[in-house]
Amino acid sequence: MTQIDSKIPQGPLAQKWTNYKASQKLVNPANKRKLDIIVLGTGLAGASAAASFGEMGFNVKIFCIQDSPRRAHSIAAQGGINAAKNYQNDGDSVYRLFYDTIKGGDYRAREANVYRLAEVSNNIIDQCVAQGVPFARDYGGQLDNRSFGGAQVSRTFYARGQTGQQLLLGAYSSLSRQIKKGSVKLFPREEMLDLVLVDGKTRGIVTRNLVTGAIEKHGAHAVVLATGGYGNVYFLSTNAMGSNGAAAMRCFKKGAFFGNPCFVQIHPTCIPVHGDYQSKLTLMSESLRNDGRIWVPKKKEDAEALRAGRLKPTDIKEEDRDYYLERRYPAFGNLVPRDVASRAAKERCDAGFGVNETGLAVYLDFKDAIARLGKSVIEARYGNLFQMYEKITADNPYETPMMIYPAIHYSMGGIWVDYELQTTIPGLFAAGEANFSDHGANRLGASALMQGLADGYFVLPYTIQNYLSHEIQTPRISTDRPEFEEAAKAAKARIDRLMGIQGSHSVDHFQKALGHIMWEYVGMGRTKEGLEEGIRRIRQVREEFWKDVRVTGTADEFNPELEKALRTAEHLELGELMARDALLREESCGGHFREEHQTADGEALRHDDQFMYVSCWEYKGAGEEPELHKEPLIYENIKIAQRNYKD
Amino acid sequence: MEKKGLNLTLKIWRQENAKAKGQFVTYQVSNISPDCSFLEMLDILNEQLVDKIEKPICFDHDCREGICGMCSLYINGRPHGNDTGITTCQLHMRHFKDGDTIYIEPWRSKAFPIIKDLVVDRSAFDKIIQAGGYTSVNTGGAQDANAILIPKKNADLAMDAAACIGCGACVATCKNASAMLFVSAKVSQLALLPQGQVEARERVTAMVAKMDELGFGNCTNTRACEAECPKQIKISNIARLNREYLGAKFCS
Repeated sequence: MTQIDSKIPQGPLAQKWTNYKASQKLVNPANKRKLDIIVLGTGLAGASAAASFGEMGFNVKIFCIQDSPRRAHSIAAQGGINAAKNYQNDGDSVYRLFYDTIKGGDYRAREANVYRLAEVSNNIIDQCVAQGVPFARDYGGQLDNRSFGGAQVSRTFYARGQTGQQLLLGAYSSLSRQIKKGSVKLFPREEMLDLVLVDGKTRGIVTRNLVTGAIEKHGAHAVVLATGGYGNVYFLSTNAMGSNGAAAMRCFKKGAFFGNPCFVQIHPTCIPVHGDYQSKLTLMSESLRNDGRIWVPKKKEDAEALRAGRLKPTDIKEEDRDYYLERRYPAFGNLVPRDVASRAAKERCDAGFGVNETGLAVYLDFKDAIARLGKSVIEARYGNLFQMYEKITADNPYETPMMIYPAIHYSMGGIWVDYELQTTIPGLFAAGEANFSDHGANRLGASALMQGLADGYFVLPYTIQNYLSHEIQTPRISTDRPEFEEAAKAAKARIDRLMGIQGSHSVDHFQKALGHIMWEYVGMGRTKEGLEEGIRRIRQVREEFWKDVRVTGTADEFNPELEKALRTAEHLELGELMARDALLREESCGGHFREEHQTADGEALRHDDQFMYVSCWEYKGAGEEPELHKEPLIYENIKIAQRNYKD
Repeated sequence: MEKKGLNLTLKIWRQENAKAKGQFVTYQVSNISPDCSFLEMLDILNEQLVDKIEKPICFDHDCREGICGMCSLYINGRPHGNDTGITTCQLHMRHFKDGDTIYIEPWRSKAFPIIKDLVVDRSAFDKIIQAGGYTSVNTGGAQDANAILIPKKNADLAMDAAACIGCGACVATCKNASAMLFVSAKVSQLALLPQGQVEARERVTAMVAKMDELGFGNCTNTRACEAECPKQIKISNIARLNREYLGAKFCS
């Protein structure tokens, strides 16, 4: 049986990473040339890792499902990236960033990993500036910062509302430089279908060429999974249409443990749902909460009149507005963490104070900020977001408040990794959103970009060497081995099975059905009964899917329907795993809110005595119940408390 | 407040693969909500096609919020449709009238061969960036970020240029299929920053040479690219590219 060993180095917290680097094994330049690494995904984590491996002298193959590495969904991150630079002289430090991240994650993340993340955060900013990332600057030419939720300092670096884009293009340009040099080979429009193990070690992958449909085999000494999160299990999310959790599930089925699958983040500021045909939800950056004030009417009759269109939000007098975040959380106000803001919005809407035709929206109002700072300042800060909002809703947020509602955004859970970011399968590493490691039960804003780049630029380039130093005697992996042939055959069989069903409903029909169940039963408020019902229904949809899905076209052509079918098939299993994990965790923490477990004033109530662990799920075969392993979380440097954003 | 649905005739380019001959095929959609996005309208059509056991229309799309640069439709003769400063995924059906006929085509350029239906191969853009669209810094060892002071004006101009999403609308709309706006955006971003100075000459020379090699046309200053760019990248970047290029040539 696989054992859980988080491999946290010895020594005091602040020395662990230094100690690790001092004692880890290295690979000499002549040997690096003989070692192959596969990277799956070209987002911040994948692109930065592949570029760094290439610079170091390894042979790298990088794969993405889009037409270009620059399309990865990291590109859509808007607000910013955190670092403990303390350029604003407001009392920030590595320890404080570490502390805020652990607290923000509701004490469900691993201390040593988070401290390392805070430690390397400053290197990331230096690296990106050296690449030519055009971060915002003040008039003296120095870098500017803004605030984000869950912090009382200004530590967020940004490039207008397109920080993810600029950081990704920085990593993409470094990657492009290595592609030109020949150290990295790029495989766009190619999707991983299976992981290949030989004698228990990762030895390569099987892929489908999305243009020709050809099944291909690729060998390597190590594989890095950097395929992002699984928010699209819910169908409607802020993720890109192509984002999916299928690659992670394929690794899970080969023996990689899945950590905390029920921890997903519901982002408070998204454009509300407007119709059945809707394909995705658009995020409005958390940075808007720096200057926007969130409110609903105090009186139910006003809310009703607003829903019916008899009143406009600008008609509601100041004294009739309930700025409920400022009321409930005076110390953090509109900048409480995302899970807290989302639940507070749901609470007001459930109580009958919601606006929009559906009653499922709250206002985000810039009136006061525009009066205080002038329209031009607001335009400089958020112009592109305001434009994006207006294009979608046909409302002008300079004149009338935005309407927002929470939506699925990020998965804190993911493939379990140890301190080296290695999974329970030797030679398989997971980075960025694809792993579970740093955000506990709730991620703070501007920390996803930090983690993706930390993993890719500053962690994996060290830790992967420690593994590969034992592989220098292993010759280049031949894909003629029977294990590759078996994996390719299994992938083909799965495709043939899907193509052969010729049922009566489209793939989207099933993915939407799954999404509804997930949002209803494994969403913002979860209960024992609801989760049990959810699991029953997921199984039912899964059964119907395998009997009645219709995949048009053929397998040997460009066929997006088949791509979606292969992903939805995995989501139908992942959804159940998430519900199962949520059912087991009988407490509320971060984004996971079990309605049976809340304080008198509706805050999340943890049960540290029972649940201060990472739930690590082991696959036991199709139709079998997965087995739970527990990694205890030990806090030696932080005092555990109930999260308090009130005073 | 029930909004009236739109009934539309769609003439969509269908092409089985890169080698096949393509043609316009006519489809009808009815009762489309004006709040629906253009791509959601195509989703609805595709759902209908699957119901009829026909192959759905292939089109590139991903983020659906105007930043990934993947969507690439030529709608009624304009890249990204009849609005300015947006990508196709940000185009909403409220810009159309009941009874309209809409022509939908792929990007057309020798450098962007069609893969299927409305999907084209834009890897030529990646190859141009690979030729020199970067600063040659390895991971690790960078100096403190604030050691390099950059005037706000230059940082802002660099950001304006860096906003390019690599969608290819500039090429699609240009009668010469020129990639000058795309190339100039990256050259400008790095030329405006001190970090990019060291390799400025090599960069501009290599990127322009690669652009020419890949079959993109020349710039004749029609400014169509600027008008259609979803990120409103300015043509002044092309002027800067030309200065950088000439400077590099004279000094070589």
